[in-house]
Amino acid sequence: MIEVKGLVKTYGAKRAVDGISFTVNRGEILDFLGPNGAGKSTTMKMLTGFICPDAGTARVGGIDVTTDPVGVKRQLGYLPESAPAYPEMTVEEFLGFIAEIRGFRESVEKRARIEHVLSLTHLTTVRTQTIETLSKGYKQRVGFAQALIHNPPVLVLDEPTDGLDPNQKNEVRTLIKSMAAEKAVILSTHILEEVDAICTRVIIIAGGRIVADETPAALRSRQPGARLDEIFRTLTLSAA
Amino acid sequence: MSQIRPLFKREFLGYFRSPVAYVFLISFLVISVSLAFSRYGNFFKAGTASLEAYFLFFPWLFMFIVPAVGMRLWSEEKRSGTVELLFTLPVTTFEAVLGKFLAGWAFLTLAILLSFPMALTVAFLGQPDWGVMAATYFGAILMAGAYLGVCALTSALTKNQVISFVLSLAACAVLVFLGLSSFTNTLESILPVGVADVVSNFSFVTHFDAFTKGIVDPKDVIFFLSLIGFTLFLNVVALER
Repeated sequence: MIEVKGLVKTYGAKRAVDGISFTVNRGEILDFLGPNGAGKSTTMKMLTGFICPDAGTARVGGIDVTTDPVGVKRQLGYLPESAPAYPEMTVEEFLGFIAEIRGFRESVEKRARIEHVLSLTHLTTVRTQTIETLSKGYKQRVGFAQALIHNPPVLVLDEPTDGLDPNQKNEVRTLIKSMAAEKAVILSTHILEEVDAICTRVIIIAGGRIVADETPAALRSRQPGARLDEIFRTLTLSAA
Repeated sequence: MSQIRPLFKREFLGYFRSPVAYVFLISFLVISVSLAFSRYGNFFKAGTASLEAYFLFFPWLFMFIVPAVGMRLWSEEKRSGTVELLFTLPVTTFEAVLGKFLAGWAFLTLAILLSFPMALTVAFLGQPDWGVMAATYFGAILMAGAYLGVCALTSALTKNQVISFVLSLAACAVLVFLGLSSFTNTLESILPVGVADVVSNFSFVTHFDAFTKGIVDPKDVIFFLSLIGFTLFLNVVALER
């Protein structure tokens, strides 16, 4: 579903992403791990067509993001970091706007889509509240609901569990797992426990480069008996 | 192109979801009407059944008031990060620029049309020339669009609303002052008359004046429309860079 080849992005003198390549197939949940500033978000922004890569290609469902960005965006559900949303809108109004942009103009179908994601993300109780009055966890769920409204074949989630309490985190993970069979999912995190909790594959990035691309089990077997954060530290520090 | 409708709707209703719309509409009407009745406007003393005294101040008023509408168009999206959401939805930059611009323009048009009690007052007191009145309203709406185009562009350059406001104000001020006679006289003393003429032709005042006299000159209409087109084009460029 997702093929990324040799992506490069330079900001001034700093090379934020330095030749990243990977593929993600349907049914996979890929976890992007890495220290802050490693290039996780930048890679996601290039993949979703928000910023243009300096070199390399990203294809989603066979469509190149630089030649047909809108075609790629149609297939994507994207949750940007810190889940931005229009603060003066109510949850329902906001999801209504997203539904319309996603092509659900007819009121019955639009209603059904909104109801479906509201119940999926447990937002029914706050549906008439404006987004600015919501707590961080609820805002995060609004961002998640927004990404799911068109049931996209590809989900890109930048720190989906950030700011959630342990129960909510668990809920979001269960939700992602339950949808994973028919989707390709990429999520980024710096919470190591999530590696074992949801993903089928891990990519560790440090200094804009991939330092590991394997299953969680293979990652563990690099240093038998060591904790995940020790393995993470060895990999990312030696690269940086 | 079908994506413009939801963008327009969200942006236009957005003005009314916060107090912005009400504060803006009320202050715009209060200021514009009091200027007309002030001793500079001479609305009554002029003794004519026209709205010339009312619209006389519009190029000046717009200089301050349109940046207030335009400054949030892009700065707000950039500051709050929603620009990332917007541009990862299936919309092109042009659709987003046009949708937002049209929403702001519609809002300004609403503000201008809400001055209808002034027209009714004139109609009650005398027999106004409705043709002139219609031409003036048409010109004011066109001019508002041109101002807004400039403000939308400056708004796309920064995520700081204050900077956006000041930049818009400065850009609009230049476009107004170019047409003042004292200014063009100075210009003519420095530059060849031909060049000075071309420069002063870019003023909003020169092009708006004809409308207030009931003349709808295609040249003026094209001036405002091409200014809108040009600023929107630059707006797209500024966002895609």
